[in-house]
Amino acid sequence: MPNLKDLRVRISSVKSTQKITSAMKMVAASKLRRAQGAVEAARPYAERMERMTKSLAKAVGTGEGAPKLLAGRGKDDVHLLVVVTSDRGLCGGFNGSIVREARRRVHALELDGKTVKILCVGRKARDGLKRDYKRLIIDTIENVGRSGINFEEADVLGRRIRSMFEEEEFDVCTMIYNRFQSAIAQIVTVQQVIPLSIEVDAKDVAEEEEETLMPANLRPVYEYEPSEEDILSALLPRNLSVQLFRAYLESFASEQGARMTAMDNATRNAGEMIDDLTMTYNRTRQAYITKELIEIISGAEAL
Amino acid sequence: MADEKVEFELVSPAKLLLSEAVEMVVVPGGEGDFGVMPGHTPLLSTVRPGTIDIWGDGKVQSRLFVEGGFAEVTAERCTVLAEAARPLDEISRDQADERLQRANETMMAAETDGERRGAERELRAAEAMVAAVESREKDKH
Repeated sequence: MPNLKDLRVRISSVKSTQKITSAMKMVAASKLRRAQGAVEAARPYAERMERMTKSLAKAVGTGEGAPKLLAGRGKDDVHLLVVVTSDRGLCGGFNGSIVREARRRVHALELDGKTVKILCVGRKARDGLKRDYKRLIIDTIENVGRSGINFEEADVLGRRIRSMFEEEEFDVCTMIYNRFQSAIAQIVTVQQVIPLSIEVDAKDVAEEEEETLMPANLRPVYEYEPSEEDILSALLPRNLSVQLFRAYLESFASEQGARMTAMDNATRNAGEMIDDLTMTYNRTRQAYITKELIEIISGAEAL
Repeated sequence: MADEKVEFELVSPAKLLLSEAVEMVVVPGGEGDFGVMPGHTPLLSTVRPGTIDIWGDGKVQSRLFVEGGFAEVTAERCTVLAEAARPLDEISRDQADERLQRANETMMAAETDGERRGAERELRAAEAMVAAVESREKDKH
């Protein structure tokens, strides 16, 4: 028969674990709310930036003399992967899925005979990748968003990536991060930032068609000041930092969402475990009492 | 014509700072200041560090200091993507001077080309800040 003291100890230990997980859930929930707000707030800038970049990129084209950040260097021998994860664990599959995707990419690129460099954002990316690809990791950036995500942090990394690109340390730069969809769903997103891929999706085409239906005098034909090329070459570096900033924000919100869900599950599981253990404890205690009563009664009968 | 307004939006990477209908807004463009009123030609421009003046009733209603960025102008709206922006009234003389001094020091200390470029940008922003504060003080007297 199980020992009553052991059961009591286990129940109290599960209870204190449950307290921790439910506290973490609360914290994640409140951080998530703030992070979601930040994502929303950053959207107008990113959208307008994207619109401007698109219209400029169309005007300038990707022919010769186009900025390298837009058109690339005409080769893709060296790839830089920016892997965005969190510093801390206990957030379900958040980091695991990013690391898995990164590993898959590295493997595929190496099979193609490309050189790969990895820049880790967040301690977990390094932890997850260092066993197989330690030789490829060039640096790890930690403590992102310790005191809330700010643009400067992203800009610092943006500048660094830019100067690496100018010094021809890589040809193609790709980010891997979690895009926030809801507290339960985060989507692993792979986004190429250098050379900038201007996606023409179905929506854009539809919009364009709509635009062409508009009379010519209503369609904006921009004047540029200074020239298209100058604005574009000022805009592209900026755009890189903005994309990074966005990835940071999305990733941070996803992390909080993932942690909230994971901790919610943990709290529930702990609750179930406590119920089970309490049931066993009570049964056992009753069994002991019954056993002792039987002993007393049979002892009395024997007399 | 007088009651027609132009939608002015000031956006920083972190959030939408300002969105309001104004009579006229003067933006420090990369190649000189330009005023935007309703019906302006569509224009894309860089923005240098300086002050954005928001006009109403024939005078300047509020002034904002921006650290450079980009502006998109259409007939009915003017969007400024600023790197950083704050009301000019919130910047004290000391802050501006201190920043200029620090920028000068960084400039002196800069060794590589990249550092120098960064320091130069910071210096230009700081100079613009001091100039903006000075012009504000002149207005008061």
